[in-house]
Amino acid sequence: MAAITLTGVGVAIFVLLRVVPGDPIAMMISPGASPADIAALRAHYGLDAGIGQQFVVWARDLLRGDFGVSISLHRSVLELLAERLPATLELAGAAFVVALLLGVSVSVVAVLASDSKVAPLIDTVNGLFLAVPDFIWALLLVLTFGVFAPVLPLSGRIDPSLDTHFTTPFYLLESLLTLRVALFSDICKHMIMPTLALALPLAAVLTRVLKESLREAMVQDYVLLARLKGKSRLRLVLQEALRNAIAPALALTGVQFTFLIGGTVIVERIFSYPGIGNLAIDAVINRDLPLIQGLTLAFGALFILVNIAVDLLVVAANPRLRHG
Amino acid sequence: MSAPILVIDGLSAVSQRDGTPILRRVSLTLHRGETRGLVGESGAGKSTIGKAILHILPSAVRVTAGQILFEDRDLLTMPSAPLRRLIGERIALIPQDPMTALNPGRRIEAQLTDGLRLIRGASARTARARALSLLEEVHIREPERVLRAYPHELSGGMRQRVLIAAAFALEPALIIADEPTTALDVTVQKQILRLLRNMQNAHGTAVLFVTHDLGVVAQVCDSVTLLFGGKVIEEGPVAQVLEAPRHAYARALLDACPRSDHPELGLRPIPAELIARLRREVATP
Repeated sequence: MAAITLTGVGVAIFVLLRVVPGDPIAMMISPGASPADIAALRAHYGLDAGIGQQFVVWARDLLRGDFGVSISLHRSVLELLAERLPATLELAGAAFVVALLLGVSVSVVAVLASDSKVAPLIDTVNGLFLAVPDFIWALLLVLTFGVFAPVLPLSGRIDPSLDTHFTTPFYLLESLLTLRVALFSDICKHMIMPTLALALPLAAVLTRVLKESLREAMVQDYVLLARLKGKSRLRLVLQEALRNAIAPALALTGVQFTFLIGGTVIVERIFSYPGIGNLAIDAVINRDLPLIQGLTLAFGALFILVNIAVDLLVVAANPRLRHG
Repeated sequence: MSAPILVIDGLSAVSQRDGTPILRRVSLTLHRGETRGLVGESGAGKSTIGKAILHILPSAVRVTAGQILFEDRDLLTMPSAPLRRLIGERIALIPQDPMTALNPGRRIEAQLTDGLRLIRGASARTARARALSLLEEVHIREPERVLRAYPHELSGGMRQRVLIAAAFALEPALIIADEPTTALDVTVQKQILRLLRNMQNAHGTAVLFVTHDLGVVAQVCDSVTLLFGGKVIEEGPVAQVLEAPRHAYARALLDACPRSDHPELGLRPIPAELIARLRREVATP
């Protein structure tokens, strides 16, 4: 399945890039270059061949693990991906975890407070969070924590003055696992704003669904029986209802997470975060065909991985889906 | 007979929405080890009585008068915390639908031992041993395997057995059985009723058996209370009420039951004028 999806993505992006206007050669030549120079350059990058032939060359190289060379950065696409993808993975992963924690806690509070005046307030605020997209959050966060109360770094992934000696590109994980506290906290500080910008709308979607399915679960007979045994409302929500309510909410979060991956493009740009989203914008501006193709495949793979992970989580939460 | 365990005295309840009476001065007395059938058609108020005892009335229903004395304590006026503990320890519910009464996301062991661990403070090992013996008592084969199972791996009859085991786990003094066999097919129904009867005899538990099925009453109950429109219209030992009903409605209700011993009688619906007369009767105070 995954292979078919990725092939589809590859064909689509390859054809699209060559059909839409925009010429990588036109972007790199200096004004006044002769038509002969342009033709020579085009031949150098293999862009003079027919689209079918170009695709065959690209696909053959891909299967050998060669993603080509970026036209604008003059570096191997695979190398660029290896450098930038981990940053995006860490950002998206952090956003997912934060959204899950936020969404679950708000939903539990909303259900516990469903008889009080707090409940409609939570609904209203959640509606607001649902309506505001990630890039607006990014700008609001920049204004709040970068301009009015400048407590958080505005851009980048890590303070350049710090001793950055990493053996893997997973800075956050590595600094945590090697217990380099100062480094870890600096990376966290850099990640807070982009993570929140991505996580808040996702948390709102999760809350919206989870709150309803929790309320539905709370009136089931098994919750009533547990209540008769003297369980507190908090225990009823956490032990009885949450496990059954979270599966549909998780499935939806999986779908929403793909929007989050798309959101990384603009959010990374706003915070100059060195991930593949930021790189993708540069690649498109420069009509860097090999790089765009490689990035699109990376996004596709990410999308598939996330959906597999969410499916596994849903199965883990719902014993009825397990075999045997 | 021994001392009463449950005395309901003049219990009245109304619907919050339009003030319609749901229970009209219902009184009934239940003794230790007695099984009382609470019979009536839909809306007669039989389930409301069970819910009032357990303090799980929907918010649309309000109790306006009366007492529910359980072991000499009025459940309606008790403060909430000791009330919750008392109900958790001494009163159990066997619900109507075994398909929705077990948590689909938790193993049987967790659900059977919850009460033991929470209320009795039993250790995991003690609670597990107790759960195993309970499952054996309700004739579940391979109890070890069932303890590890999730509800969806069990049949409806098995789930109801598990729920009966759970109801007896803390040796309650009173069990409220809310139409516990309605959702099961007939052969399983018979087995479950027999099981419930045996368990109740062995443990000396009083049972309030809410049902609309007079055949079920004849099979498991010692005594029966017949309700119409929220009012008790007949009450007495099962033999007396079923063989020589004094009230016209009781007679009509019995006539409406299918009789396998007299198939030629067929089914006779309850006459409409009788229903109309009863409606007027219960409405006048």
